[in-house]
Amino acid sequence: MNTIDMTATGLSAAIRAGKTTAVEATEAVLAKIAEEDKKYNCYVTIDREGALSQAKAVQKRIEAGEMTGPLAGVPMAVKDNICTEGLLTTCSSKILHNFVPTYTAEALKNLQKAGAVILGKTNMDEFAMGSTTETSAYGPTKNPRNTEHVPGGSSGGSAAAVAAGECFYAIGSDTGGSIRQPASYCGVVGMKPTYGTVSRYGLIAYGSSLDQIGPLTKDVADCAAVLEALASHDTKDSTSVAREDTDFTSALTEDVAGLRIGIPNDYLGEGLNDEVRAAVLAAAEVLEKKGALVERFDLSLVEYAIPAYYTIAAAEASSNLERFDGIKYGYRTQDYAGLHNMYKKSRSEGFGEEVKRRIMLGSFVLSSGYYDAYYLKALKVKALIKKAFDAAFAKYDVILGPVAPTTAPRLGESLTDPIQMYLGDIYTIAVNLAGLPGISVPCGEDSQGLPIGLQLIGDCFQEKKLLRAAYTYEQEGHRHE
Amino acid sequence: MSKQYETVIGLEVHVELATKTKIFCGCSTAFGAAPNTQTCPVCTGMPGSLPVLNKQVLEYAIAVGLATNCDITRYAKFDRKNYFYPDNPQNYQISQLYLPICRNGGVEIETAEGGKKTVGIHEIHMEEDAGKLIHDEWEDCSLVDYNRSGVPLIEIVSEPDMRSAEEVIAYLEKLRLVIQYLGASDCKLQEGSMRADVNLSVREAGAEAFGTRTEMKNLNSFKAITRAIAGETERQIDLLEAGESVVQETRRWDDTKGESYAMRSKEDAQDYRYFPDPDLVPIAVSEEMLAQIRERQPEFRTEKMKRYREEFAIPDYNIEIITGEKPLADFFEATVALGSQPKKVSNWLMGETLRLMKEREVDATDLCFSPENLAKLIALTDKKVINGSVAKEVFEVMFEKDVDPEQYVEEKGLKTVNDEGALKKTIEEVIAANPQSVEDYRNGKEKAIGFLVGQTMKLMKGKADPGTVNQILKELL
Amino acid sequence: MANIISDETIEYVGILAKLELSDEEKEQAKTDMGRMLDYIDKLGELDTSQVEPMSHVFPVQNVFRKDVVTNGDEREQLLSNAPQEKDGMFVVPKTFD
Repeated sequence: MNTIDMTATGLSAAIRAGKTTAVEATEAVLAKIAEEDKKYNCYVTIDREGALSQAKAVQKRIEAGEMTGPLAGVPMAVKDNICTEGLLTTCSSKILHNFVPTYTAEALKNLQKAGAVILGKTNMDEFAMGSTTETSAYGPTKNPRNTEHVPGGSSGGSAAAVAAGECFYAIGSDTGGSIRQPASYCGVVGMKPTYGTVSRYGLIAYGSSLDQIGPLTKDVADCAAVLEALASHDTKDSTSVAREDTDFTSALTEDVAGLRIGIPNDYLGEGLNDEVRAAVLAAAEVLEKKGALVERFDLSLVEYAIPAYYTIAAAEASSNLERFDGIKYGYRTQDYAGLHNMYKKSRSEGFGEEVKRRIMLGSFVLSSGYYDAYYLKALKVKALIKKAFDAAFAKYDVILGPVAPTTAPRLGESLTDPIQMYLGDIYTIAVNLAGLPGISVPCGEDSQGLPIGLQLIGDCFQEKKLLRAAYTYEQEGHRHE
Repeated sequence: MSKQYETVIGLEVHVELATKTKIFCGCSTAFGAAPNTQTCPVCTGMPGSLPVLNKQVLEYAIAVGLATNCDITRYAKFDRKNYFYPDNPQNYQISQLYLPICRNGGVEIETAEGGKKTVGIHEIHMEEDAGKLIHDEWEDCSLVDYNRSGVPLIEIVSEPDMRSAEEVIAYLEKLRLVIQYLGASDCKLQEGSMRADVNLSVREAGAEAFGTRTEMKNLNSFKAITRAIAGETERQIDLLEAGESVVQETRRWDDTKGESYAMRSKEDAQDYRYFPDPDLVPIAVSEEMLAQIRERQPEFRTEKMKRYREEFAIPDYNIEIITGEKPLADFFEATVALGSQPKKVSNWLMGETLRLMKEREVDATDLCFSPENLAKLIALTDKKVINGSVAKEVFEVMFEKDVDPEQYVEEKGLKTVNDEGALKKTIEEVIAANPQSVEDYRNGKEKAIGFLVGQTMKLMKGKADPGTVNQILKELL
Repeated sequence: MANIISDETIEYVGILAKLELSDEEKEQAKTDMGRMLDYIDKLGELDTSQVEPMSHVFPVQNVFRKDVVTNGDEREQLLSNAPQEKDGMFVVPKTFD
């Protein structure tokens, strides 16, 4: 098999077996990037020299027997909102066009310990606000499966890079579907872990109570291996949870016998594309044939998740993005008269349209007189949504549905109507509000050849059930080839 | 002025806590470091950084709350207060609005009339301090230093229960003592470790409703507070008398000019958009945690005064002064514990120590000499190794640089000369050289002997015991 | 559209958020915010009078640090991204007259 086509764990095994080296793999993937990234624009920053020197160092340690894990020596890509010491980190925004972090995000450090070779930083919707990677200040990323279509977002660069073979795996962040949806559009596996499983230290915050870093991979086995390496209890992140069950690769067994799967009727209703519905239901049948107990049910409150989400996420974002003021780092406007004018001009010139839209909305819903009616109300609805999931998980081990209502839209179609774009998040968003884990697994293609994703949602800390179901499904002929 | 007015005052007191590290990161809080050398991604608002609460901050806040009779909030949270200013690196300050750690307390103060009254405490909350802005005279810009950014503060918000500058100062003194006794802060107004913002309104005497209040900032001494209260009271009364109304606003007091001015600009909407900080988790104060903190509460001033009266034979006035500064009381007790006589320790503190503190503008918290050395000094005088004036001389050196008095006396040869022969010889010389004084004495002028003692001490370079000199003189005459 | 956003509101939110919008952007913002708020008003359909607002999904509490100095002098790193610095500090427009 061509090195480029290997999975991450497959490549690492080959490196550790001495069949190839981390350096060879890095050279191969860098060549692929050089050849194809002009077409897709997956990367904002490519760190050729850094990657090669990391590869050499890692290779040495592998040869010395110091690095034996399933990801040792594997070149990978990092979403550009995850801090990398000494390497440009822009959030795909002009306001951070020159920002070089002085430290590396905790989650990425964990991967480095596992032998990751960082190739570069992937494109995204500016500050993770968007579903198409078109709000990037550095141009849109194109879907490798069809370059006239978007890769999804906001982790579109990461998903596209995995799909295009421009890395062996990538990490992204998911605030309302930003890993699962682009994974679905690009035909790769993407997982958002339970809130608190992966440290947020070094992830440039969008919606702090919703953000989680997670893997984008070629198959489920890679996904489990990457998540296992990413997860840690970090004392620098107060919301990090101490878990002992993070041996996710142990869940890679072909066994769903007796697994109770619920399909919310609310996820199959109006707005869902027929081809997507058919593919998702076919996937459910596969699992049923393998022994899972599949049933339809009413989840309820689904239509309230989007307004609650956008209120909470915009409010948190408006505060999180206040630090970008042209004083300590990033873009500062050229001409200004006084402090407040400098703030306003730097921010107005530095942020893109969608980011400004959400900052304005977030500032408004928190402002005097509106806090109770909007922000507090949204937090109460969040509590109700969590309760609805609790009730569902009393009956089911796994909730199954589509990731997105359609396959990847054409470039330029989505941004004209923001609310229409927000509606596309309907199946992914509630997972973030409730802190749940969710995985997106390829389950076929539509008539245009665009990938369709199957979403499996688990109760908090039940990633293993999701991985087991996803792995079992994948073994039935939907494996990455 | 035809009408009688009453001034109504409430205070917001910020106290910098004496922790080793900042409230949300492991940076040092030590004073005096070069700009920005005590910073990290967290306290400078670097993208991706996250706060984690310093437990000591919570414990100090609860201890102050218990000492000021507050209810401790059993489920507390941090909120973000959003406003843009360069000293605030995230452009939001982590503070507490909705569920502050302490509420509904109060402390008793003495009023000018000698009565007692309680000043209510509305709440105490924890928050982070801002950085420092330095105004560059030459280049029309300001410079930001984040060393103070993230230093822990508690803000103690009083009820509008005070009616005069005297009450305000009595209340501040009370808080200062309580907090100092807890070791939670050194509470220095001048250095900014204690800061008071004054909320003030006036109303016609006897009126029920409060007038419109203003908030005054930048008050860094008791004198400034007194002047600012007088100035603002007058300004508000003048407005009302002229038929105008007071505007609710924040004003900055300029103590050198003796006037205040409004700080607000159109860019300050004063709408802080508080919301619970999603990066920090709630605080659940358990019975166990409360019990532990209660257990550790120190002996406060009133109890200490009572004990001193019972244990030590020293004047009430001395007790009041010594317990009025925690470091003095600590010093007193430590020296007594080393075996020195309480009365003598008290005299050293009340006399030379206070004198030098005043003369050299040294705070009680900054005294450098040790109880061990004072105890040694007292022992040296007790044993008549040195006389009183030499002791004072030695003490002054100790006050400056904490020398060991035994060693110092030895090195400088300050011991009293107890060689009677040598002393007698000197006294005989003095008698021979001062026939007039000798005659005066013999003619009944008792005072003349004082001059002769002085002359002897001078020749002995102070190293004689004046009592012994006196005695020998009388014998010889 | 039930929520009509006035010029004053956009101006006010601009001050809070430190954003300066062009006239065209302001018009767009008025429409966008009004539409979003109409959409958010949907939450009003739910009776939440008996519901506690939920900021954190898990009951994680009492996460503390020990009061121990762990950081040294990182000034050089801190200032490495500064648009303008002087004497080890960040330069900002004058904050005081």
